[in-house]
Amino acid sequence: MPLLNSLPDYVLTTKTDELINWMRKSSIWYMLFGLACCAIELMHTGGPRADIERFGATPRASARQSDLMIIAGTLTLKMALRTRLLYDQMPDPKYVISMGSCSNCGGLFQLAYSVCDGVDKVIPVDVYVPGCPPRPEALTEGLLKLQEKIMTERWLARAPGTNGEAA
Amino acid sequence: MEPLQIYERLKGRFGERILETAEKKPDPFAVVDPAALLEICRYLREEPELAMDCLSNETGVDYKDRVEVVYHLFSYSHRHGAVLKVRLPREAPRVATVESIWKSANWMEREIFDLVGVNFEGHSDLRRILMPEDWPGHPLRKDFVEPQEYHGISTVRESPIVRLDQLKDQHKKK
Amino acid sequence: MSDTAEPTLRTEEMTLNMGPQHPSTHGVLRFVIRADGEVMREAVPDVGYLHRSIEKIAEKVGYHGFMPYTDRVDYVCAMFTNQGWAMACEKLANIEVPRRGEYCRVIATEFNRLASHLLTVGLMGMDIGAMTPFLHALREREMINDLIEELCGARLTFNYMRIGGVAWDLPPGWREKALAYLDHLDPILEEYNALFSYNKICIQRLANVAPISAAEAIDYNLVGPNLRACGVKWDVRKEMPYSVYPEFDFDVPTGRGEWGTIGDSMDRYMMRIYEMSESSKILRQALTRIPDGPVLAKVVRNLRPPAGECQVRVESARGDQGWYVVSDGTGYPWRVHVRTGSFAAMGIIQKLSRGLMIADLVVLIASLDVIAPEIDR
Repeated sequence: MPLLNSLPDYVLTTKTDELINWMRKSSIWYMLFGLACCAIELMHTGGPRADIERFGATPRASARQSDLMIIAGTLTLKMALRTRLLYDQMPDPKYVISMGSCSNCGGLFQLAYSVCDGVDKVIPVDVYVPGCPPRPEALTEGLLKLQEKIMTERWLARAPGTNGEAA
Repeated sequence: MEPLQIYERLKGRFGERILETAEKKPDPFAVVDPAALLEICRYLREEPELAMDCLSNETGVDYKDRVEVVYHLFSYSHRHGAVLKVRLPREAPRVATVESIWKSANWMEREIFDLVGVNFEGHSDLRRILMPEDWPGHPLRKDFVEPQEYHGISTVRESPIVRLDQLKDQHKKK
Repeated sequence: MSDTAEPTLRTEEMTLNMGPQHPSTHGVLRFVIRADGEVMREAVPDVGYLHRSIEKIAEKVGYHGFMPYTDRVDYVCAMFTNQGWAMACEKLANIEVPRRGEYCRVIATEFNRLASHLLTVGLMGMDIGAMTPFLHALREREMINDLIEELCGARLTFNYMRIGGVAWDLPPGWREKALAYLDHLDPILEEYNALFSYNKICIQRLANVAPISAAEAIDYNLVGPNLRACGVKWDVRKEMPYSVYPEFDFDVPTGRGEWGTIGDSMDRYMMRIYEMSESSKILRQALTRIPDGPVLAKVVRNLRPPAGECQVRVESARGDQGWYVVSDGTGYPWRVHVRTGSFAAMGIIQKLSRGLMIADLVVLIASLDVIAPEIDR
């Protein structure tokens, strides 16, 4: 955030969009949507070593209280319908991180008859994190990339009448 | 007791209901008449020297000319086991349920019904367990054809090159 | 509640849905609960949300190619599933594993048992509502993950074993690090017990919840720590020994009902704690006595075992896994089936849930150590 030299220390000048986005990106609450093996790595990412809570991301159990959905694990066709329902239950603005190969593209289960090849067949995805399973450091990088994406959103310039999504 | 001794004992008691016993494979098994299955299982459970108190595995296997249901029985008191098989025709296979003898058969038979299509007569709650309720077909059959889509979700994944081109086009439009 | 206070109070049974996305279930499980207030009439489980058709994929990828899929059958203790598949193929194809390979297998699997039990006891804490025991357990699990990552390159789905042995030998200096970790672990277990297991709240939440008798457990085909908690002294490593387990000296703990009844949730939970110290014993013996030699037998790349079938039992962290493999003489198996402890444990939940409270259902699932991919495969 740019500071002008002549102002005292307790005055901050910045753009409104940057201030709003900085507050939003530092407090992304994710929904626990651990389906399979990546769920264990998601737990480890929230665990003591690669602590994701230092970035403000805390786990929530309910979709209604979260703004990020981390799809961790294989999406079967039986689960895909419920995934769509849970995504619709999240309030706007919402983001989706697809964690692991299985939710990116089906992973090593593309030969299976009951697996949905990739979660982007049912919901729109913002960040894809590759790996099988991705290390906690990889998932943290995915979250940081999402934070970069959030910083590019514009709030004051959007047309009136659109819902909470940024332009 | 060794499995082969157990099969000899069964043959002595049930005669020609035991159709064959195989010795040469790594694990010997006994093929029994499907109509006599309940009686044989009850005998195996209640006879004090055999005392098979646990059905440790029940599997359905689809061969080209028949469907087999394989029962792995085990006795914790005597530390011995036996393998029984029943051979059923491929169209409309049906056999009596052993749920009244071992309760663990409840879920295992539901799985075999779901994946192989064997109808268990007398089962308390025979419905699909792993696949969705409205899934067509029985997946572990050798002639199972995967459906092209399920509830609007296609089961075909296009090549990632096509997807990257689509994303590039979207970016160009912006 | 019955109408003792106000005869005109009208009560109804509620039908609630728990899952498939719920922080307290061990994976994607769904329960349809018919409840009268907080007390359940019945909880009907609905599974299949993680059915990835692993058994059918085996018929498409062949014997060697199936090894990574076995990791995903139970990802928390993946070494046991690797070992089960390798043992089944070795039995069919009559392959002998060299002694150092067997020792490496025992070391890898016992470390995995430690890691799996640490996760289970930690998740029990989280399911009751305490976050701190979970973080303590994860801290230890991260150290085991470091050790195993140095051994085979992966933190979770290892793909370490091959048909005929293991993929890589122990790296130089690994034995000393592993022994140092075991020295570090023993006082940590006591600290964990003092923090959580012998905590009054934990005992009150777990004792006398859903006791299972031994006859019922055998009838429903419960295995592993669930069966031992009911008093049945059965461990595949002692009764039907495989690999080099006869050379090690360890006990098999059984439930004694010290805090409640025999076979209740507290017994099932304490089984995991006791088994961790037994695993530590086995690991010390294995690490000090490991012989030299090759770790992998010579196996052809296109393995074609003779036609036949076999069943192999492995004592996994969740119980006795049965691998049933049918071979037809070609390079692809005809049928593969895994009989897992979690599948049977789900079958008993419907019966045990009658009269239990909803919060106790969570404790029951956590104490049975059910994990979704083992049920659905």
